[in-house]
Parts: sequence; C-alpha cells; structure tokens
Amino acid sequence: MSGEQVIHPPETEGHSADWAEEAVREAESHEDPDLAQYALGGATLSLEEQVLQRIDRQRRRKAKIKEERITLAHGAGGKATHTLIDALFLESFRNPILEAMEDQATLGVGGTRLAFTTDSFVVHPLFFPGGNIGDLAVNGTVNDLAVGGARPLYLSAAFILEEGFPVADLQRIADSMAVAAAVAGVQIVTGDTKVVERGQCDGVYINTAGIGVIERDITLGAGTVQPGDAVLVSGPIGDHGVTVMLARGELDIESDITSDTAPLAELISVLLDATTGVRVMRDATRGGVATILNEVARASNVAIVVDERAVPTREEVRGASEILGIDPLYVACEGRLVIVVDGAETEAALAALRSHPLGEGAAVIGKVKDDPPTLVLLKTEFGGTRIVDMLVGDPLPRIC
Amino acid sequence: MRFVDEFRDAEKAQALSGQIAALCEPGRHYSFMEVCGGHTHTIYKHGLEDYLPESVSLVHGPGCPVCVIPMGRLDDAIYIAEQPDVIMTSFGDMMRVPGGKGSFFDSKAKGADIRMVYSPLDSLKIARDNPDKKVVFMAIGFETTAPSTAMTVLRAAADGLENFSIFCNHVTIIPAIKAILDSPDMRLDGFLGPGHVSTVIGCKPYEFIARDHNKPLVCAGFEPLDILASIYQLMIQLRDGRCEVENQYTRVVPWDGNLKALQVINEVMELRPYFEWRGLGFISHSALKVRPEYAKFDAEEIFKIPGIRVADPKACQCGEVLKGVIKPWECKVFGTACTPETPIGTCMVSPEGACAAYYNFGRFTRERVKEATRA
Repeated sequence: MSGEQVIHPPETEGHSADWAEEAVREAESHEDPDLAQYALGGATLSLEEQVLQRIDRQRRRKAKIKEERITLAHGAGGKATHTLIDALFLESFRNPILEAMEDQATLGVGGTRLAFTTDSFVVHPLFFPGGNIGDLAVNGTVNDLAVGGARPLYLSAAFILEEGFPVADLQRIADSMAVAAAVAGVQIVTGDTKVVERGQCDGVYINTAGIGVIERDITLGAGTVQPGDAVLVSGPIGDHGVTVMLARGELDIESDITSDTAPLAELISVLLDATTGVRVMRDATRGGVATILNEVARASNVAIVVDERAVPTREEVRGASEILGIDPLYVACEGRLVIVVDGAETEAALAALRSHPLGEGAAVIGKVKDDPPTLVLLKTEFGGTRIVDMLVGDPLPRIC
Repeated sequence: MRFVDEFRDAEKAQALSGQIAALCEPGRHYSFMEVCGGHTHTIYKHGLEDYLPESVSLVHGPGCPVCVIPMGRLDDAIYIAEQPDVIMTSFGDMMRVPGGKGSFFDSKAKGADIRMVYSPLDSLKIARDNPDKKVVFMAIGFETTAPSTAMTVLRAAADGLENFSIFCNHVTIIPAIKAILDSPDMRLDGFLGPGHVSTVIGCKPYEFIARDHNKPLVCAGFEPLDILASIYQLMIQLRDGRCEVENQYTRVVPWDGNLKALQVINEVMELRPYFEWRGLGFISHSALKVRPEYAKFDAEEIFKIPGIRVADPKACQCGEVLKGVIKPWECKVFGTACTPETPIGTCMVSPEGACAAYYNFGRFTRERVKEATRA
C-alpha cells in the first residue's frame, strides 16, 4: 500500500454508549473492596482467583432484566430465560411451592401428593420426522410430571388457532395427541379453543397442563445431589433439536434422523422400581443436557464432571452440530432423561434403564465432585478440559 | 465421524505434546498468537492448553470478524434496518453485538425486520420473494467471507435485482497483523496463521512477517491436532533459528491462494482509505467497500447513514485483549459488567471472541480442575 496517498480518519471522538457506562457503574457498586484479602487454604488469592470470585459474586446476585423488551433469547431456556423467570415471574407470584423451581409443582391435597405442571408448544414446523406439535404437547407435559416421580393422570389441552389453518392438519394433530395420551396412559379431560386473525399466530399453538399422583415415598430435587453421585442419560442426545432444524429446510441438509419425542413415565417407573438411589431426573428439553447439569450443580453447590466420549450422540447430530458450530450438549431432546443417582446405585440404574426400549442407549456420562462448586466441567474427547456453562443466546428458536 | 475424529485423536495429541515439551529450552518462555478467532474457539472448546507445557502460552489475536466491528458501525446498520420497507439480513453471531443503543436483537424486538441467514444467497432469495422491500445484507468478515458477498452482488447484478444491497464491513487481515507487529507492547515469538483466510489469500502475503519482523508463521487448520502440529512446527523453526512462513493446513490452503476468489473480490470491492477497528482504532487500507460500478448494490450509497462514532466504554479493554497485551480475565469488567449474556465489549459476544471463549469454556483455575477431573 506504500506510495498511495493516505487519507486521515476523523479525529473527533463520538458520543459514548450510555448503557455500557451504566452497566460498568452498576457492577462496580457490587464489588467487594476487600476481596484480595480473602484467604483460601491460608494463601492469599491469586489475581486469577480474585477474578473468579468476583464473577461468582456477580452470578449469585439477584437476577435483573436489563432489556427493555422481550427478545428471542428470553425463550431459549438458557440464562436469559432464567433471569426473566427469577426477576419477573417469581418476584410477582412468589410462594413456597413455586420457589422449588422444579419442572412440576408438588401439592399436598388431603394426604395425597399431587404433581401439577403446564407447558406451551410453538414448534416450527408443526410436522417433522418422528412427530408433530401434538405429540410434543402430550409427551412434554407427561414427562414434566413423570420426572417428579409422579404417575401422570389427566391433561388439559388449549389451542390457539390461526384463521385459515387447515382443519385436516388440526385433525392430524388431534389424532396424534389421542395416540400419545393412550400410550402414556393419560386422559385429556378439559380444554379451550381460541382463534386469532391470520398472521397473529403461526398455524397453531398448544398449551397443555397435567396432574399426576406421587405414590412413591421419594423426594427428588436438583438440590439433593451429593459428591460421589453418578450422572446418566437415557439415550442419544440432541435428536429432536437437529430433526426440527433440518425439517425447516433452510440448511439443505438431508438426513434420516427423527425426533426422539416419547412419554417417559413408564421408563421412569422401571427405574424407580429398581433403585431408591435416584436424586433428580429431568427431561432434557430446551437448553439441552448442559443447562440441566448447570441447574443441578448450582442447586446442590457441587461440581459435575462429564466425559465427552461417554455422551451418546448420533453421527447425524454430531455432523449437523459441527456444520452449524453448536454443541450437542445444548440441543433439545423431547424424550431423554438426565438422571443423577447415588454412585453406589449406578449399575442398578443403568441396567433398569437399558431394560426398557426407551432407555436402550442409556449411558453413564459423568460424576459429581465437591470442587469447584457450581461448575460443570467437561473432559473433552480430545483429552482436554473445559467448563460447560449455561446456554447464552438461542441457537434454535421455537424448538418445542 | 470421518474427517473429524482423526484430527481429535487424544493419543496423537499426547505424543505431540511430549515433542513440544522436549523442544522447550529451559528458562525460556514462548508466546504465540493465534490470529484467527476460529482457532481461539477450537483451543478453548477442546481444552487444548492442557497439552501445552507451562512455558508455552497462546495469545488470542484480532481475527474474529464480529469482534472488530466498532459500535458506531453497528448503529449505522441498525439505522438502515429501521428505515421504512427495509429487511436487514445478518449472520447469527452479529445479532447480539451491542452498538451504542442496543443490538440487532433489540432493534428487532422494537419492530425492525431483521432476519438471520446462513449465507448471503439466502438474502438474495428474500429479496426476490419481497420485491416491494429493500433487502440489505450485513456483510462482515475477513477475506474468508468477502468472496461469497462479492459473488452475491454479481449474481444480483446478473439477475437485474433492484431491491438488494450490502452494507459492506469486510476487513482485511494483513493490516491488522501489521498494526499488532508495530504495537510497542508486543512480545511474540511467532504466529499461527489464519487457515481459512489463507484459503483465499494464500501464504505469500505473510512473508513480510518473517522477512521484516523476524517472526515465524505457520498457517494452521482448525482441528485441535492441526493447532498442536502448527505449534510444533513453530517450535522447530525457533530451535533451528529459522523464520519462515510454513503451511500446516495443506489439505485446504493452496500456497498461492484462490485466484478466482481474489478476482471476484477485486471485481466488486476496493480498499477503503481507512476503517475503524474495535479496540485497534483506525487502520489504513484495512477494509473493503463496494466499487462505484456497483453503487446500486451499496447500502452506504442508498441510505444516508449517520456515520456517528461511538467511543468504547472507558472500562472496556477489548483493544488490549485483541492485541494480546492482556488476558481476557485481566480486563477490569470481565465477567462482572461484561458477560456473554450482556456483553459490553465485542470480544464477549461471538463464540470466537477471546473473552467469550475464556468465560464460556475456561473460567477456572487449572489446579482445582485437574483435581476434579482426575479419574
């Protein structure tokens, strides 16, 4: 470029970004000036340890919504969703039952323990290989009940329909729901229908709520996990998310992969019959396995160490994830369990899962340690180490 | 999975790691800059630093296209997006980058029609499907993505499309490397060259680094074994007292680059006299703009962009991070005011940004993690 005339850029400084200066001031007001003096095992904290402590303090602060408007990230199941729930809904509705923040509420009614949950479905496209929005709407709610140790009994179904939506498609969706309900052993006993103008929703949105009964004398929860426990998944991860993404046709990739949507109540029943060592179960939907493990690590103040090579992942899911630069650990499943069990019960739990068709591909993927608390660590297939944080941003909106 | 697993083989990594350690002279410290954000991502995603001896450290360079876009430029893009009848299209990792008054996501939530695309050709399709709208593609990236943007403009011209334009923010890698080499606080022993940029520009443009600055450079691939092998090649050069440009990524990078791609860029774009880089300031001849012959596809010509500069927040040290002067966690706002969910600096936005990679993947102290992951 030498020899060419150089035109000089403008020298004036522009205005500054107010929101950024505000964020800096806000964070600084929560700093602990004495942090450097905190001792860890008798030694003064290294600079890096101080930074990590500072971050830890910030992360434990009360969640605050910084955005003025809802963005797609608030629906992704990751950090923004958690912030929205904690700072807005939990603050408004606060009560001891809600505060447990499990996939279902546990209610004591006249000596019986009931599980109660609700879920809305906005998946795009409505039909995809292996299922449709109807299967998801039944299985999703059934699974949210079952992972709390409940036997699902009754569901409600509410439909928001777009003007112009084909009745034949709605029939297909209703038929799928009927079949899914029969397979899961539940009845759809109440419902609601609303129609909005064309363009006000995308075909059909479905909300389901469900009630189940907890007959076993167990208490499951993300906060009950202890060092020495084992982490299992019930089968290959990420099938649903990748299937839906490919079904959108934007990527021009063809594959035989199908959604894993399935009711998990029976599988869970087999597992709970075989062992009393189960601490917590979750179905790995939005945010994937990684998000669940982060919730557990935080709720129980433990470290979770995952072996990447042990995580069952189909070739198609790995391939699509490589191309898109996403991590299968964050991709949604709709029929896969993440389970933490007492370490001594690992083999019993694994055998029970594998005895059921929906758990054939079950595997032990990691273990629980005491340090460093609240972190999920991954031993990578390459043999290195990294952390697995909660999902930030949204790789795939409207996955369920 | 073929073409992936063989480049992530832990046994081979172990062997290379031993060879690298054996090449370390006692008491000497080695620091190498990986220029490309793709490398930074690979290094953290696979935990590659576990294989490096303590005396070898990696410095994360400026090669993340999202990270170097200044806030004012993004405000200009949002200004365009918020004009009547405009559909703005953008790659996904640009969506969350904050400008002086928010991000594409924020603007979209307020009502602007901003769509995520996987390729500039997707934008062309949107333009064809929406003849009554003005469709703009937010073009970003180094020489890696510039050819596909240029091809898209050529395609639009051939098809006679009247409602498509690009907001060109393409930058060139060599001036950025020069700026880093000229920076007084720079202490580097060598470079891992940006593999994908090199598929287009080839290896020759780096020769001045070896010749004028006495630093070796090895063009590196993006799998973890590629990076270890490239570090090994750098160590061999240092042991032998050589300073050369070498190509480790031979399966993809031709020595002379891709002439066709270069021609296409040259047909549609020309160098700007200067361009502002986030953190690095104005760098002469470091970016591309649409040639006057293709002005009707140039959003800068079609829309009267305000072109206001936005100063980086004083506390933000993206510049020092991009130059490798400080480690991400040494920045005053790292992880507190600036996190991946509410990034202040762009290094925290893209998964290729050094700060985001460190925060998402490496936010721990090595000793405690070694203890936790022991079998």
